Amino acid sequence: MNVIYTLWLRQIKRYLRSRARIVGSLGQPVLFMVALGFGFGPIYQQAGGGDYISFLAPGVIAMSILFSAIFTGIEVIWDKKFGFLKETLVSPVPRYKIMLGRTLGGATVAVIQGVIVFFITMLFGFRPDSWALFPLALVFMFIIALLFTALGTAIASILEDMQGFQLIMNFLVMPVFFLSGALFPLKNLPPSILIISQIDPLSYGVDGLRASLINVSYFGITLDLGVLLVVTFIFMSVGTYLFSKIEA
Amino acid sequence: MSNIIEIKNLVKKFDDFTAVDNVSLSVKEGEIFAFLGPNGAGKTTTIKILTTLLRATSGEATVNGFDVKKDKNNARRSFGIVFQDQSLDEELTAYENLEFHGSLYGLPRKQRRERIEEMLNFVELWDRRKDFVKTFSGGMRRRLEIARGLIHLPKILFLDEPTIGLDPQTRNHIWSYIKNLNKEKGLTVFLTNHYMEEAEKVADRVAIIDKGKIVAQGTPAELIKQTNTDSLEEAFLALTGKSIREEKAETGNHIRMMRNLHTKK
Repeated sequence: MNVIYTLWLRQIKRYLRSRARIVGSLGQPVLFMVALGFGFGPIYQQAGGGDYISFLAPGVIAMSILFSAIFTGIEVIWDKKFGFLKETLVSPVPRYKIMLGRTLGGATVAVIQGVIVFFITMLFGFRPDSWALFPLALVFMFIIALLFTALGTAIASILEDMQGFQLIMNFLVMPVFFLSGALFPLKNLPPSILIISQIDPLSYGVDGLRASLINVSYFGITLDLGVLLVVTFIFMSVGTYLFSKIEA
Repeated sequence: MSNIIEIKNLVKKFDDFTAVDNVSLSVKEGEIFAFLGPNGAGKTTTIKILTTLLRATSGEATVNGFDVKKDKNNARRSFGIVFQDQSLDEELTAYENLEFHGSLYGLPRKQRRERIEEMLNFVELWDRRKDFVKTFSGGMRRRLEIARGLIHLPKILFLDEPTIGLDPQTRNHIWSYIKNLNKEKGLTVFLTNHYMEEAEKVADRVAIIDKGKIVAQGTPAELIKQTNTDSLEEAFLALTGKSIREEKAETGNHIRMMRNLHTKK
């Protein structure tokens, strides 16, 4: 337990000390709220979709968690490169604990980012449907964060350097985001796109956030939670396995 | 005196490249053992196997009596290590780096604090404990790494080229710390080094490895006598030849590349 806390604390300290990263990562959500929120808002309303800012805000929160989580997972490569990983790998700590501590720390950081973005969306006029369900939104934020930090760690465990990073951004993270229904409703999608969206685990995260924040859901909250928990468990297991195989 | 490190017929292959080729050696408790060899001879690979970072292809190795394959965590508890490349977290302070280490090794809080203070004083960095490592010079980082490697009271200290890139003052300093520890606490030291005069001065026993194979073993005096030379450096050159080896970076890349191929299979 102590060891997991130590590893968690390191992630938190590194996050709180990198002001540039905190500020930098808030630029994108603001841009999305301005450009898409205000840009598509009128059309969305005319098409009968209602208030687009309300629809978009949970998607943008999910986006910031996704990016932050993947990034902290990928940080394993950084630690490989700058040698610090070896320090943890020669210590008498089972690898799964190292993986767990790092992942929990990364997920916590991503949730903090998500909460900051939540307040930013409020500046754009977003209001949750009911504050009573906000804790549920936090639960969804945490599971999304855990799922993608584990995925990032799993990927970073098999990569040697940051050169594959662009590949992952363009062929994994971006599709996961854009096809998740973060920006558009899944209702009435062409079947082929819908299938992809249904495979995308982030869809269930976005849907769960919408369910808890604006009381709108496509899959239903039980399915959202179920799918997210199962996928998180799988990614955590795979991530732990791959992490334990790292030779430095 | 018993052997604290035992290596028997150790082999490490990266695909068809044999980095460590049937190496056997033993280190006695309380001695300073220098593992010498040209670039790419297999020194670091051997240290990585001994410190559980790499799995050997075949052969056996025990550290403090614990098999490095089967009894990893007990082996890990027995040694401290200063890696060839820097391995501190620059975004943490000197104190935080040591605290991180102490809690990974399961030291209770009170003992951890005492040990950190003792070791930081030992390497004369106590006054800089609250500073971020990124503000430290190369020599200070090395000293901090030595302090870190000793926090959990290991029986063996591995030093992989501990003085590379440091000025003579700092090198001198570091060797005096190490000799001190060896004498006063009976710490066993396993080191690699390219500076033969340094190795000749500090080491009780030496093994020379070339192309993955041990070519000579003994005290510095024995090797000098055996090769009919005047210094360990000359003995070293007599044993390993005068041709220049592949650059380290290339060798490293080669090994890394081989490892990529290896892990992709």
